[in-house]
Amino acid sequence: MENAFGQPQTVVVFGGSSDIARAITKKLCAARAHTVILAGRSQALLDAAALEAQEYGATKTASVLFDAEEPQHAARTVSDAFEKVGDQIDLVIIAVGLLGDQKADEEDADASARMMTVNVTWPVAALAEIRARLVAQGRGRILVMSSAGAIRVRPNAYLYGGAKAGLDRLCLGLAQSLAGTGVKLQLVRPAVVRTKMTVGAAEPPFTTGANEVAENVMRGLASNDPVIWSPPLLRYVFFLLRHLPTPLWLKVANR
Amino acid sequence: MSENVLTGWGRTTKSFATVRSPGSEADLLREFGSGERFIARGLGRSYGDAAQLSGGVVVDNRQFAGIGAIDADGTVIVGAGVSVDELLAVSIPLGWFIPVTPGTRQVTMGGAIAADVHGKNHHVDGSFASHVLSMRLVTPVGAFTLSPSLEPELFWATMGGMGLTGVVTSLTLQMLPIETNQMLVDTERFGDLASVMEAMVIGDAGYRYSVAWVDCMARGAHRGRAILTRGNHAKHADVEHASLKGPRARSLPIPFVAPRGLLSRWSVKLFDEFWYRSASRHEVGEAQSLATFFHPLDGVSNWNRLYGPRGFVQYQFCVPDGASESVAEVIERLSESRLASFLAVLKRFGPGNPAPLSFPVAGWTLALDLPVGSPALPGVLDELDELVASANGRVYLAKDARLNANWVGTMYPRLDEFLKVKSHVDPKGQLTSDLARRLGLVGT
Repeated sequence: MENAFGQPQTVVVFGGSSDIARAITKKLCAARAHTVILAGRSQALLDAAALEAQEYGATKTASVLFDAEEPQHAARTVSDAFEKVGDQIDLVIIAVGLLGDQKADEEDADASARMMTVNVTWPVAALAEIRARLVAQGRGRILVMSSAGAIRVRPNAYLYGGAKAGLDRLCLGLAQSLAGTGVKLQLVRPAVVRTKMTVGAAEPPFTTGANEVAENVMRGLASNDPVIWSPPLLRYVFFLLRHLPTPLWLKVANR
Repeated sequence: MSENVLTGWGRTTKSFATVRSPGSEADLLREFGSGERFIARGLGRSYGDAAQLSGGVVVDNRQFAGIGAIDADGTVIVGAGVSVDELLAVSIPLGWFIPVTPGTRQVTMGGAIAADVHGKNHHVDGSFASHVLSMRLVTPVGAFTLSPSLEPELFWATMGGMGLTGVVTSLTLQMLPIETNQMLVDTERFGDLASVMEAMVIGDAGYRYSVAWVDCMARGAHRGRAILTRGNHAKHADVEHASLKGPRARSLPIPFVAPRGLLSRWSVKLFDEFWYRSASRHEVGEAQSLATFFHPLDGVSNWNRLYGPRGFVQYQFCVPDGASESVAEVIERLSESRLASFLAVLKRFGPGNPAPLSFPVAGWTLALDLPVGSPALPGVLDELDELVASANGRVYLAKDARLNANWVGTMYPRLDEFLKVKSHVDPKGQLTSDLARRLGLVGT
């Protein structure tokens, strides 16, 4: 059961070995989480993440392997992960994502399609099953990793930003559809986060570490805000950016 | 039958349950036969998740209504769904008062049993359980009549048992005779915590009711400044216009949820300051109405909305007499952390009772309301738990919404005893709640 501060005891993380997911999982375990199920692509990485969760206080961990390029198996992956909890599920995190290589992908049909499959189609397919199960248990919380870049899609990262935009808008509607079910969905919109996905790239303004995102997520769980921004100031920055006339926006975006 | 998203009075963790209102013990037994999971709920005044059960069935106890005739010796049979408010409306004009009342009239008799509630008179009269002569309890294995001599183990397990032994349908209560509807109240202001605690140790025995309100936000020399109010029921001769008119049912509603942050550090501090200064330094024998003395917050019907959309938590703990310095430590910790905390309520407890999960132990109890929102709050409260547990104290389950399950066994060392009794009447573990699952009191 989660407590008054939204701190869960049982957690399922899809994309559980990503840097952001690991940072969040650590903080959740330091608070109240005792059962953590991590789903991802690499057993070795999941094992490392599980060990880390245990160091921070988890007493039960397990892993589920899946490939986000196969959305036809998403429902199965969700039910496998849920069954490993053996209890009600307090929090489900979807931290599945593919940053891709915009320049290389933008004229490659398969690569472009893959960006949509991993960033949108798999999460949406998984959400259908997650929704059904949480509504049936009468409560639970879903955290979906979106991106600040989804709010106004930059021309030089439109595949990633556009895919996240699709997921982000869909989830806003999904969150509202959950009214009266006891289930909550919250979106996380971080700025660029220093992770293994971004090594070597130039750092735009508001870039943070994964730990800061996790810190803001913990606050967001307590506040129940439908959208958790990281850093929180981005809420206002993007309110402005979103309404900037296109020529000005392009100057900002292409900097 | 209806389905509902429920929360406790603190308006924090929501969960969805099917709410049913069985009208008789036979209906209840039929419900248990379905094999589903159940918890009873009264007026929803538990602060946390004690009276909710996600995905299960919440039994609305308000169907168990009815107040019998009050006998010449003050005993009365009351439905478990009757509120303190409803009982007092009938009993005060007849010269009877409820022997123990919490700070609100809006709790049901069933809820009062489940939380084994205490009032300002615990140091003299004990908790609610001390005044319940018998009760009817419906469990998955059948209905029982319980008293301290009839099935005593189940009687005491049910007292403070957070509804986890069954659904109480009615009880026989020993009422307290009163001559008037007035209280004679002494009020005294203290500049620091040590002096108010000393005054309570020395003088509480002279009053049936005693409570101190402590300012947990004042810092420096004023830390723990407090207002102590103590009183007794006024007799005919004590007041000019002695009467037994019941309390007027007048309360101001808060029509909407207040905006986030209305009760911030600054606004609360301002309120505390105003409140402290507005109290008289020392007043003796002031006549107050029963409602003013016992239930000041009932003047606003849903004051919990003032805490805004994030809600609030109440932290109430008790520590034994030998650990009274823990009270000062908690207040110091809170005032140093600069969290917004409304006036804390400080009280002395008399001896506890045989109930394995009943909260009070002889010593001190402190209760604080804290708005959710400060990122420091969860960690500070975790530290307080450690402090309280190491002082052999405990946190009040009826108020809890965030205790770490690891502490439950330490704070309630007789939990196993409780679980053994529970397993006899609930062999399939059908009686549970979000609170029970969060704290690992019972299985999933």
